[in-house]
Amino acid sequence: MIELRHVGKTYKTADSEIVALEDISISIQDGEIYGIIGLSGAGKSTLVRCINLLERPTAGQVFVDGNEITGMDRRKLLRLRRSIGMIFQNFNLLEQRSVLRNVTFPLEVSGVKGQEAGRRAMELLELVGLSDRAGFYPAQLSGGQKQRVAIARALATNPRYLLCDEATSALDPNTTRSILELLKKINQSLGVTIILITHEMRVIEQICDRVAVLGQSRIAEEGRVSEVLINPRSDIAKELILPEKKKGCEIYGGRRVRLTFHSAYSREPLISRMVLDCQAPVNILYADTKELGGEMYGHMIIGLPAEEHEADRILAWLKKSPVEWCEEV
Amino acid sequence: MFSEMLIKLWENGIILKGVWETIYMTTLSSLIAYIIGLPLGVVLSVTSGEGIRPIPWLNRVLGLAVNFFRSIPFIILMVAMLPVAKWIVGVSLGNRAMIVMLVIAATPYVARMVESSLKEVDSGVVEAAQSMGTGNQQIVWKVLLPEARPSLATGAVISMVTILGYSAMAATIGGTGLGQIAISYGHQRFQPDVTWCCVFLTVIIVQIIQELGAWTAKKIDKRRRG
Repeated sequence: MIELRHVGKTYKTADSEIVALEDISISIQDGEIYGIIGLSGAGKSTLVRCINLLERPTAGQVFVDGNEITGMDRRKLLRLRRSIGMIFQNFNLLEQRSVLRNVTFPLEVSGVKGQEAGRRAMELLELVGLSDRAGFYPAQLSGGQKQRVAIARALATNPRYLLCDEATSALDPNTTRSILELLKKINQSLGVTIILITHEMRVIEQICDRVAVLGQSRIAEEGRVSEVLINPRSDIAKELILPEKKKGCEIYGGRRVRLTFHSAYSREPLISRMVLDCQAPVNILYADTKELGGEMYGHMIIGLPAEEHEADRILAWLKKSPVEWCEEV
Repeated sequence: MFSEMLIKLWENGIILKGVWETIYMTTLSSLIAYIIGLPLGVVLSVTSGEGIRPIPWLNRVLGLAVNFFRSIPFIILMVAMLPVAKWIVGVSLGNRAMIVMLVIAATPYVARMVESSLKEVDSGVVEAAQSMGTGNQQIVWKVLLPEARPSLATGAVISMVTILGYSAMAATIGGTGLGQIAISYGHQRFQPDVTWCCVFLTVIIVQIIQELGAWTAKKIDKRRRG
């Protein structure tokens, strides 16, 4: 288990202080895939680096498996890092080493003998589907292949945790999907706990169990992915989950209501029934249905009629209905 | 077509000897300059603010020393360092003294070359190594130096050519080589063709170093094999 308690990070420059993280408390359970989402500049990269102390928090504590690592001496810390793998947006492979020797690198560092290291590296290349590229150099690989090599390298020392820093942000949608599938496979078959940071909601949707939404150096909200997606409470979460909706709806000036559908009634013709019951027209400004872990969920934004009593009639109808809704401001 | 002087120098083997002495002095000085300059460059790069082990005061002191020696024109440095040469090799004249001068002048230059090569290494790759629990010493040996190899090779070529240029001033302190031949036979005895012959041979040596270096740098670089 990884636990962050009141972690903060402030960068001091000559004449100012920049707060990157403030009072972050999260705990990540063994075996889960934990997502951290935020816009660029929210402090995600700093946050993930506080877990293996590539960045030193200026406040708070970090615990890995119950041990406080923020107070560890350097030798212990180096050893600990071997149990926390990390992959990066830009892959960060050693350009002058072959694929195989990239994967053996962490083994060399931790003192594993050449032959054994080679065997272990081949196993890992097999796992990521690149055993036929062992003798290639990074420059000869595509982005997706490079990230696979990086994953193999990160797993070489049998880490229990894998940190992913925007690991798919430099990849196209198809490659992103296949890398995410690979991560999921690693999580399930090897039991590696994955902590993943991203600015893309689809990454969270595809593989994460829980998510923390980071906005302005703080955790804006946290919870199971399905809960946060279905009912985002913070502004930043709404913005990340329904990005395109916001702009479109702001052009429409009138009163708006956001509806959230669960699978239980996502098949019911709710809007039609509402319009018929209330005898008032509504304007559908945005609608989207997604599948998440086998469940359907949907969002819809409707514009209320300009007539005050018609709008009230619709709101009254919604209050009685099972659907979750709130008026957008 | 050629002056008697040039023909005689050629037939006596003096010119070929000059070529050899120039190459010998350049190579030996470069080698020693790298033996000292490479670690110095590593320290400069590692202890800098963006380095893996920032030590501001050490970086500042070494940086100042390097800059001090680099800003002295070679001919002045040579004169100023005569006692140092005497102290190290026992003489302040001739090729051995000259090699000391070349090393003193080239080492700070080499250190800066190495420093800038190491700084070119992608900081992300260093970070990745750190994330795997790699200690600083291993980062230097297994990441910084190997990843900077092509750039180091290119830097070595530039350093060698500079040292070759300095070695032409050997005559000033009684050293030998192509520079000495150009001055004592070409210039002082008014035989321009001797001078030009030396120029020509120097250009050829530079060209060979350059080509060989570029070829090596390309050969060892694994980044451009698409």
